[in-house]
Amino acid sequence: MNFSVLQFPASNCDQDAVHAVRLLGHSARLVWHKDASLGDTDAVIVPGGFSYGDYLRCGAIARFSPVMQAVKQFADHGGLVLGICNGFQVLTEAGLLPGALIRNRDLQFHCENIFLKTATPDSPFTSKIPAGKILRVPIAHGEGCYFADEETLAKLKANNQVLWQYCDATGSLTDTANPNGALQNIAGICNEKRNVAGLMPHPERACEPLLGSDDGKWIFESIFATLKNKTVAQAA
Amino acid sequence: MKAKIIITPKKAVLDPQGKTVQSALAQMGYTGITGVHIGKYIEIDLAPGTDKAAAQTALNDAAFKLLSNPVIEDYKLEIE
Repeated sequence: MNFSVLQFPASNCDQDAVHAVRLLGHSARLVWHKDASLGDTDAVIVPGGFSYGDYLRCGAIARFSPVMQAVKQFADHGGLVLGICNGFQVLTEAGLLPGALIRNRDLQFHCENIFLKTATPDSPFTSKIPAGKILRVPIAHGEGCYFADEETLAKLKANNQVLWQYCDATGSLTDTANPNGALQNIAGICNEKRNVAGLMPHPERACEPLLGSDDGKWIFESIFATLKNKTVAQAA
Repeated sequence: MKAKIIITPKKAVLDPQGKTVQSALAQMGYTGITGVHIGKYIEIDLAPGTDKAAAQTALNDAAFKLLSNPVIEDYKLEIE
């Protein structure tokens, strides 16, 4: 499978994402933000970092990059798009995902390992995560507090669009396990069509035991499996 | 000519900066403060002779698309 990893000025997890995809046996390449097309792509990763210095608002300027038009088209045609950290912020600013990410409630930048509960296996990003598995993955953000108005939250819930929530080691969704004050402990969501997802934690930094956890690989394995099924379906 | 845009967090949105400043003010002894909301102020220079109504329309569009995020922020635009 071919992954396109976007590269904005001040993206800094782009190489990590490429590394993770290659480590897991697939191909990945960087796509510069000024490119107007993605080329041969099976899935897009919008990586973490501080695109455009986080000026104005995180992700606010990146969404107007030429490459984002191509990502929008790719998503409109059902292509899989995963936004990680700053990538999640870019996707909400671009209107590809509902809600917004605001300053952490304690105003601190959090760089630590957290636990994630998968809210539903029913998505291209969660289908291969073993049932009941609590994922241990790092976060590194100052503006990761998920916010959406009540109507949007109700819609997310009704459509099963919340994919991951912050929890403690036993899987309980407690307030102390919530690192940033996100509403309902929300760490990641998908769109209504379920082909675009975003999350604040960094699965790409947790794909090999050397880094302390390989739990993040399950998110990538879910994407690989979805793409494989798609290819088989197309061939049939 | 100048356009002034004041951006504030929406009422329902958590404003930890505002809350922190409010409690600092209370600790310093300033009384009677019931809320602090921290936003942004953007000043835009316009070419002399710019049509005010046209600028108003264009900047409202810009404020909605880029300068503010309508999911979490309100804005007020003034041209003078």
